Amino acid sequence: MIQSDVKLDTLGYFCPMPIIMTSKKIKELTLGQVLEVVSDDEGIKKDMPAWCQTTGHEMVGLEEESENAKRIYKAFVKKTK
Amino acid sequence: MGATRLEPATMLAELQESKPDRVTIVVLSGDFDRVMAAFIIATGAAAMGMQVTMFFTFWGLNVIRREGATSGAKDWLRRMFGWLNKGGTGRLPLSRFHFGGLGTNLMKRVMRQNRMPDIAELRETARDLGVRFIACTTTMGMMGVTKDTLIEGVDQLAGVSTYLAEARQGSVNLFI
Repeated sequence: MIQSDVKLDTLGYFCPMPIIMTSKKIKELTLGQVLEVVSDDEGIKKDMPAWCQTTGHEMVGLEEESENAKRIYKAFVKKTK
Repeated sequence: MGATRLEPATMLAELQESKPDRVTIVVLSGDFDRVMAAFIIATGAAAMGMQVTMFFTFWGLNVIRREGATSGAKDWLRRMFGWLNKGGTGRLPLSRFHFGGLGTNLMKRVMRQNRMPDIAELRETARDLGVRFIACTTTMGMMGVTKDTLIEGVDQLAGVSTYLAEARQGSVNLFI
């Protein structure tokens, strides 16, 4: 389990919404805080690391869970700038 | 020589800080699906910290015209054209399976069920994220689209030189 400071629910949203919501939410965090983005869009597995690489934030990790036969992804992003 | 050694990584980071990646998108099409793709790329790029400019020309102008806008031109030919080609994001047809609006409406319903934003919302999101909108003056003149029939927040009215000046600095230049 990765610890997070702020949680962002993007369940039910498809690309590009999770990324756009993340880019808005990360502005509310302070340096060093970790944002947990919860999504059921499989694209986030690739999109979040790519977003982090471009924006310079740190991708801490990704967790995958099964909930009622539905896959849930939790991406953890540390605000570094 | 007292040259200070600089880390390549920090140099690159500083360079990116001062010169963010530029993206230009020419939106020539007024098809629902193509415009949708253009806005998804634009908002996605803006969310990644890139500097995005969208150029609207020909049928793409309909995207930044007010809902239901006809022509504001004086001559009858352009007026008639404006009446046949009304503006607004709500009227954009699908490039395939439009079926007089039926197919497009079904597509919109499916999108709502999937909680996808519609084009007007994507356009709003793009503006929030700082995407610049430029309208092409040549096609505006040709098609009888006047400035007062465009939505608020169109940053510039410009031509090909403005596009090229931006595009030559762009790392991603798309024509949709």
